[in-house]
Amino acid sequence: MPSRTCSHSPSGFGKSLPEQGLLLLVVLVLLEGSVLPLGAASSPDVSHQDDSHNHKVADHGVNATKKVFPVLDVDYHHIQTPFEISLWVLLASLMKLGFHLIPRLSSIVPESCLLIVVGLLVGGLIKLAGEQVPPVLDSRLFFLCLLPPIILDAGYFLPIRPFMENVGTILMFAVVGTVWNAFFVGGLLYAVCQIQPANPSSLHSIELLHCLLFGSIISAVDPVAVLAVFEEIHINELLHILVFGESLLNDAVTVVLYHLFVEYAGVGTVTVMDGFLGVISFLVVALGGVLVGAIYGILAAFTSRFTSHTRVIEPLFVFVYSYMAYLSAEMFHLSGIMALIACGAVMRPYVEANISHKSHTTIKYFLKMWSSVSETLIFIFLGVATVDGPHSWNWTFVTVTVILCLVARVIGVVGLTYIINKFRIVKLTTKDQFIVAYGGLRGAIAFSLGFLLDQNQFAHRKMFLTAIITVIFFTVFVQGMTIKPLVELLAVKKKQEAKRSINEEIHTQFLDHLLTGIEDICGHYGHHHWKDKLNRFNKKYVKKCLIAGERSKEPQLIAFYHKMEMKQAIELVESGGGVKLPSAVPSTVSMQNIQPKKPPPAKAAERALPQLPKGREEEIRKILRSNLQRTRQRLRSYNRHTLVADPYEDGFSDLLIKKQKMIELEKKIKEMNNYLTVPAAPPDSPTMCRARLASGKHIRISHSQMQTLNIYHHFTVR
Amino acid sequence: MGSSSSSMDHIPNAEELMQETGFSAAHLLRLYERFEFLDKDQTGELRPEDFGAIGGLALNPIGDRIISAFFSPGQETVDFPSFVRVLAHFRPNGTNRTRNGTQQEPVNSRTRKLKFAFQLYDQDRDGKISRAELLQVLRAMLGIQVTEEQLQSIAERAIQEADLDRDDAISFDEFKKVQQVSPHPQTPTKETPLHPTEGGR
Repeated sequence: MPSRTCSHSPSGFGKSLPEQGLLLLVVLVLLEGSVLPLGAASSPDVSHQDDSHNHKVADHGVNATKKVFPVLDVDYHHIQTPFEISLWVLLASLMKLGFHLIPRLSSIVPESCLLIVVGLLVGGLIKLAGEQVPPVLDSRLFFLCLLPPIILDAGYFLPIRPFMENVGTILMFAVVGTVWNAFFVGGLLYAVCQIQPANPSSLHSIELLHCLLFGSIISAVDPVAVLAVFEEIHINELLHILVFGESLLNDAVTVVLYHLFVEYAGVGTVTVMDGFLGVISFLVVALGGVLVGAIYGILAAFTSRFTSHTRVIEPLFVFVYSYMAYLSAEMFHLSGIMALIACGAVMRPYVEANISHKSHTTIKYFLKMWSSVSETLIFIFLGVATVDGPHSWNWTFVTVTVILCLVARVIGVVGLTYIINKFRIVKLTTKDQFIVAYGGLRGAIAFSLGFLLDQNQFAHRKMFLTAIITVIFFTVFVQGMTIKPLVELLAVKKKQEAKRSINEEIHTQFLDHLLTGIEDICGHYGHHHWKDKLNRFNKKYVKKCLIAGERSKEPQLIAFYHKMEMKQAIELVESGGGVKLPSAVPSTVSMQNIQPKKPPPAKAAERALPQLPKGREEEIRKILRSNLQRTRQRLRSYNRHTLVADPYEDGFSDLLIKKQKMIELEKKIKEMNNYLTVPAAPPDSPTMCRARLASGKHIRISHSQMQTLNIYHHFTVR
Repeated sequence: MGSSSSSMDHIPNAEELMQETGFSAAHLLRLYERFEFLDKDQTGELRPEDFGAIGGLALNPIGDRIISAFFSPGQETVDFPSFVRVLAHFRPNGTNRTRNGTQQEPVNSRTRKLKFAFQLYDQDRDGKISRAELLQVLRAMLGIQVTEEQLQSIAERAIQEADLDRDDAISFDEFKKVQQVSPHPQTPTKETPLHPTEGGR
């Protein structure tokens, strides 16, 4: 990304907004001031002038009147900057809360639009109050603080498989598509500005290079906007990854084009040599960024190998290494976004194998939280910055820009898809193309890049900014709002909500092996062949280095299986009661028998015991719940340094022993299959209860339940 | 596509094969060349040892299953038409059908592919994947680092998820249904390496 040091905006927020908030404080303090006899010297100080004034008053006589000790004093200046930042963040979060309280609104209008409107309102209020609007969308702030969390969130949770499968398509769109957009828009804009020789307007003075620069700024699809809008429409995975991947990978192109044109706009000419250097620069920027990210990712993975004794700070490593990857890439003017993506994607499989379950949850929630706040702030600031200006509206320029952007995008997508479809196995249909073209939203990155331009060098900076903002508004509002109904109208395939099952996982792996084998038979070194080779290399060397202890040998399928079992166990414990066996033990064979699927508990109950009379159910529920309480209590106490023992990690060998016992017991009971009839036992023994229910019906499930209850009895009695 | 028609004459019943499997002439020729390459002693037929000579296949956990899939039960050798017929399962079924965005593939083609995969699981060809067969596959794929209990649990769970008629085995319909629920991009419908412009030897 281009140099972030901006020469004309202070990094602070400006000293005006706090005065608004201070009015409130002043009122409060005045009230108190009237109650407590404070005296003149301690009256609220609204600005530092009063401060110094007081000091002067005090200084006037060396042993002058003893000042009444200021019991209550206001020193805003002391806490100004953090206070303002917190205030903005609070505003953003409250807005987010507010939108979701109004259900109808959030279903019609995407959040990004609402946030921009809020920003407009806030900016408008500030301007009405006569204060200077703080230059909030400062490029340094944006690129160094607001953008990284969003990108890290995207990179860490990037679905690798679909991404890699479509990486060719994504790269085509990102690289070729963006270059095409830039030149098309820039070139035609210049042409349009040159026409009308009759009445010379200010437009005539635009140079070609400036137009091309403008084109390159405006042509990049913005990941923040895409994320914000696409998250709400739930389209299928393929389209999502195409548009989103494109928005991420076009960063390298934007960097190179921007630098190129800024450099040479001063000189005035671009030669073929420069173009060639530009291409080389692109490769360096892109690959360099990925390399930097990968290095930091491996470092993070390696560090996480040793964190088994200090679980508390595990998430910190993930965040800090990633951020440093971003900053390092920025330092060399490489693509920071690609570095961040590479870092997150590389470190994830190894880190997740090493860290505790709680750290995993922490990382997930922190990333989501930060990226959510960042996104909200960005949109609000966009609104505020719009009010701020500076604007220079020019009908021709702005409308032509908007139209050209749309046209360029459509032509680009259609043309590229035509070429891409020759190489794809799953072709992109017209509907897909439409969504990809329509989803090309512009956002805050374009604005920040425009903001970075030097006013002296680029006379039309204001006009550019106005045009950029208009395009952003157009794409976010018009396209953002209409994409959801269009998706419905065109019946575009939506995201499958089904969770991954173990069958799928087994079959996916099976298929991978199968297809690799077929490729080997055909002698074809295709996609699967290389993937297989990479996996082998990974297993043999890399995993041993980066994953601690035993987990390094754990096949992927097992890891997946354990994850699923853990999830299920946690779900059971959280939902409490019902005809299920909760346990702190993550996986038991019998538990599966009771709840063969993961649908809501009610359904499981129905399936497991279709003829369970209500009274019995209540009894069983009571018994189970009382057992549950015991489990819960065990988990309650902990201190910061010794987190609660993760049953999954620490007692694992115990678990295996228990499981073995259960399996043996189950086998024994299966042998007694047909002998269970109505026993004459007292109703409060769960074992007998079960057996009674099972009388006469050969339901395999109930035997295991009985046996499990039996065993559970053993274990909880301890 | 510069193959002369003379080399096509070597291939017996080329026209019929092309009709039946849907391969183009170029594809067929390439497959024939590969067949001849594998057939070390030029008998015109392949035996299991010829397949075994392929390096990558030896490392493949289900390599032996794949090899046996080429041989019909009882047969010792594979001739070229059978070779091509098996590989035809992996041809992409996209050349002449109309697409309308939603994945409405012709049922027979996808079904055939799933059936092929199913048969690889179901070694005794009784139409169901029993627990033992599933365990075998898991054992092959997961290697020796996994304990028996873990394998048992996974197999148990897999069967419970898929087994709807509670016969402790997965029939072909249940198998299909499980794959239908979430169409992962890597379904057999989309895979073929056999594009003449792709890759090399």
